[in-house]
Amino acid sequence: MSNVASIAQAPRQTRRFDLSGPVFLSLGVLLSVLVILPLFWLLVYSFTTKAGSFTLDNFVTLVTDRAMRRSFGLAIGMALGVGALACLVATPMAWLVARTDLPLRRFVRALVTASFVTPPFLGAIAWEILAAPNSGIFNNLYRWLFGLDSSQYLLDIYTFAGLIFAIACYTFPFVFTLVANALDRVPSDLEDASSILGGKWLTTLRRVTFPLVLPAMLAGSLVAILQALTMFGSPAILALPAGFHVVTTKIWSLFQYPPKLELAAAASIPLLLLTILLLRGQKWILGRKGYTVLGGKSGSPMITRLGRWKWLAVSFVLSILCLTVIFPYAALLKTALTHTVDAPLSWDSFTLRHFHFVFFEFSATRLAMFNTLILGLLTATGVTAIALVVSYLVTRRSVLGAPALGVLATAPIAIPGIVLGVGLFLSYANPTFRLYGTLWILLIAFLTIEMPAGYQQLSSAFKGIHPELEEAGRILGASRLKALWQITAPLLRTSVIATWCFVFIGTIRELSATILLTTANTKLVSVIIYDLNESGDLGAISVLGILLLLVSFTVVFLASRMPIGSTRFQPRG
Amino acid sequence: MWAKSVAVAALAGAMAWASPGQAEPPAPYDITPELIDAAKKEGSVVFYTATDVTVAEKLAATFEQKYPGIKVQVERAGSERVFQRIGQEYSTGVYNADVIETSDAVHFLLFKKEGWLTPAVPKVVAESWPAEERDPDGFFAAYRAHLSVIAYRKDQVKPEDAPKSFADLLDPKWKGKLVKGHPGYSGTIMTATHAMSKALGWEYFEKLGKQDVMQVQSSTEPPKKLAQGERSVEVDGNEYNCFRLQEEGIPIEIVYAAEGTPLVIGNAAILKNPPHPNAAKLFYAYLFSLEAQQLNHDFGGLRSFHPELKEKAGRTPLKDIKLMLPDAAGLESEIETIKSRYEEYFGT
Repeated sequence: MSNVASIAQAPRQTRRFDLSGPVFLSLGVLLSVLVILPLFWLLVYSFTTKAGSFTLDNFVTLVTDRAMRRSFGLAIGMALGVGALACLVATPMAWLVARTDLPLRRFVRALVTASFVTPPFLGAIAWEILAAPNSGIFNNLYRWLFGLDSSQYLLDIYTFAGLIFAIACYTFPFVFTLVANALDRVPSDLEDASSILGGKWLTTLRRVTFPLVLPAMLAGSLVAILQALTMFGSPAILALPAGFHVVTTKIWSLFQYPPKLELAAAASIPLLLLTILLLRGQKWILGRKGYTVLGGKSGSPMITRLGRWKWLAVSFVLSILCLTVIFPYAALLKTALTHTVDAPLSWDSFTLRHFHFVFFEFSATRLAMFNTLILGLLTATGVTAIALVVSYLVTRRSVLGAPALGVLATAPIAIPGIVLGVGLFLSYANPTFRLYGTLWILLIAFLTIEMPAGYQQLSSAFKGIHPELEEAGRILGASRLKALWQITAPLLRTSVIATWCFVFIGTIRELSATILLTTANTKLVSVIIYDLNESGDLGAISVLGILLLLVSFTVVFLASRMPIGSTRFQPRG
Repeated sequence: MWAKSVAVAALAGAMAWASPGQAEPPAPYDITPELIDAAKKEGSVVFYTATDVTVAEKLAATFEQKYPGIKVQVERAGSERVFQRIGQEYSTGVYNADVIETSDAVHFLLFKKEGWLTPAVPKVVAESWPAEERDPDGFFAAYRAHLSVIAYRKDQVKPEDAPKSFADLLDPKWKGKLVKGHPGYSGTIMTATHAMSKALGWEYFEKLGKQDVMQVQSSTEPPKKLAQGERSVEVDGNEYNCFRLQEEGIPIEIVYAAEGTPLVIGNAAILKNPPHPNAAKLFYAYLFSLEAQQLNHDFGGLRSFHPELKEKAGRTPLKDIKLMLPDAAGLESEIETIKSRYEEYFGT
């Protein structure tokens, strides 16, 4: 009530100072610089020869080179596989957690958050420890259980299927989070209406609930597909030993001496087009249906009783969590504390030497931790702030040309991190900017990379809040910004905090662009983990991985406990 | 006769003029108290290296102990990554590194050509390094040498079944049991692949590619995959990692192949614009000192050109091993071919 009163007191003044115009302009410039500059250089490079003259040869090579074509085919197959697997696993899980009386729901949500926080490359390394054909813990167990000789194995993570699995383990939370949040938001009124009108439980689910969360499912799967398509770490760790390239590792190999930047730039263009196609596809599927949920949250969601299905559901959810979180973490912990990976668990093989190495002998640790933390905090704050304003301007169409901002904010999703790394390198590591070797170039990289995630999260949150509430405020005389701040912002708190965490975690686990942009003084934890993996130091990796995870969990925990209003990050369930 | 010798003399003169190293190599320098003082004022030195990270960190620690007040920042990555990084940095005017070291001799030819190095010759290098193991113009010298060896797990392969040569590795019984490094990533493997392709022909790799070989990146990694028990035999990989794992008690046996074992030279140099010029000189001289070389040898399992070095007991001395010698100049023009052939046969 006091809000309304204070708005009413100062109607005229604030209207004159409607800042959306200037804000729109400056954001436009900022996003253009962030997004267009690297893309511009990529385009220039892809159409030029080493000498700098115009050519189409790079694209001809893309099509004629068999190895190149194969890497594209495999990458697309991998990404679709990941998308399908993630959606298949995450949707039922989200529904169970959000809409049933499944026991341990809070615990499940916490563990899904944990698998989301896990950097995919770390997960891939953990899965190497678990399911490498000869040394993998599962395979050793399998041989031991059935008394088989050393040529037998159950699982081989160094395969195409293994790669899809290892990536899906750490991308399904994208689908899960979006679907679960959507299910939380879908008001029970609509479902109640369906029941009242005689709809059975299944009919309601199919005709009302499902269509309402379909956009979230598609959006989540899309994010998972794009994540997989542009991922570098997991394929580098699992596909290279298996003897195949995906696009990102292929592009990366083009930077080895003698570097072929032009071909690398050209190879990224089809990825860009593919992504745009996917985004168009999503629009087309969703059509013109509106999914607005009036007035933020209303009523509590309808809860389905599982009855005798309860234990089946519990075991389904738990087995997923074992595969994505519990087993990999246990493997890392074991590796961190034993001499070698295949050493049995006993007091004899127990050692703290990997910890000693990481903390006292390995000179890069402290600097890398510091850099990672600083960049994580800055990026999360920056992206959330920018994405908030952009998604407001776009969803409310308050300024002419606002949709263009949305396109700009979404565009980086189409650029594989490693290619963006090159684009940024070309853009900012020159005599004009001289940003290479500083944390700034990494900050710019992270802002660009994380913008789509932040924007998509917040704009879908905005779409869930009908503008009527704001309009009411505006009619009462509040400026656009004031209405935004006093009406919409409180409704968005949960989403904003979630986005902040999302971006923070995304930043500290980023590897693909980082790997081309770090120098001695700007090392990040993800990069030293990758370096250590290349030299096979699994013990040290496990220690650093555990450290990284602890920091991430602490940040997520603190953020979820931030005393902003009464809502908390993923409080229900 | 006369005309010909004039022509030769003229040509020689022209070449000497054209080559960047027209100047005399700088006078050899020794570690002096003045140098140490100046280095201490700078307080730190940045070392880009491709040596195994534990070895490099140990070397840094002994240096820091010997010269308190000078911190060594070790930046370890695979040779090609170090190369890529320094290439990015120097071409954009970022000067972070003082001393650089990789296991790909081609790099140093290119660095020299680009003018990215400072000539410097520590006294010990001038006096006792073989002439072919140091740059005639004093830009770099062989800091270390190592071998790329076949090795196997003794507990998984019986000694009588163990491979004796590269040819033995083509036996179908090794299918799915082999691990090897990648020439695109590792300078060691690149050098070894070049030498092997000359000695054994590309048909060898074509056949090897059908053996379901586990492909890793760095040449430090195959021995570690053996240690992990993930594969039984490595086709190539650093000898020094095998030594170190043996000392940890891991049952690994080294095989010096009948056809010859590829030798890999790791050069070191001071960069053109070192942020800590005196510390760089001091550290660079230290790298070639008996102390550092012996540490590299004893702890790191590296081979050395220092004449006073004591070979560690139990290791086959270099002179008793049939070698495949590297050819950096010949390799430079063939890198592309090697990479594309390799991808054809091994998939990456």
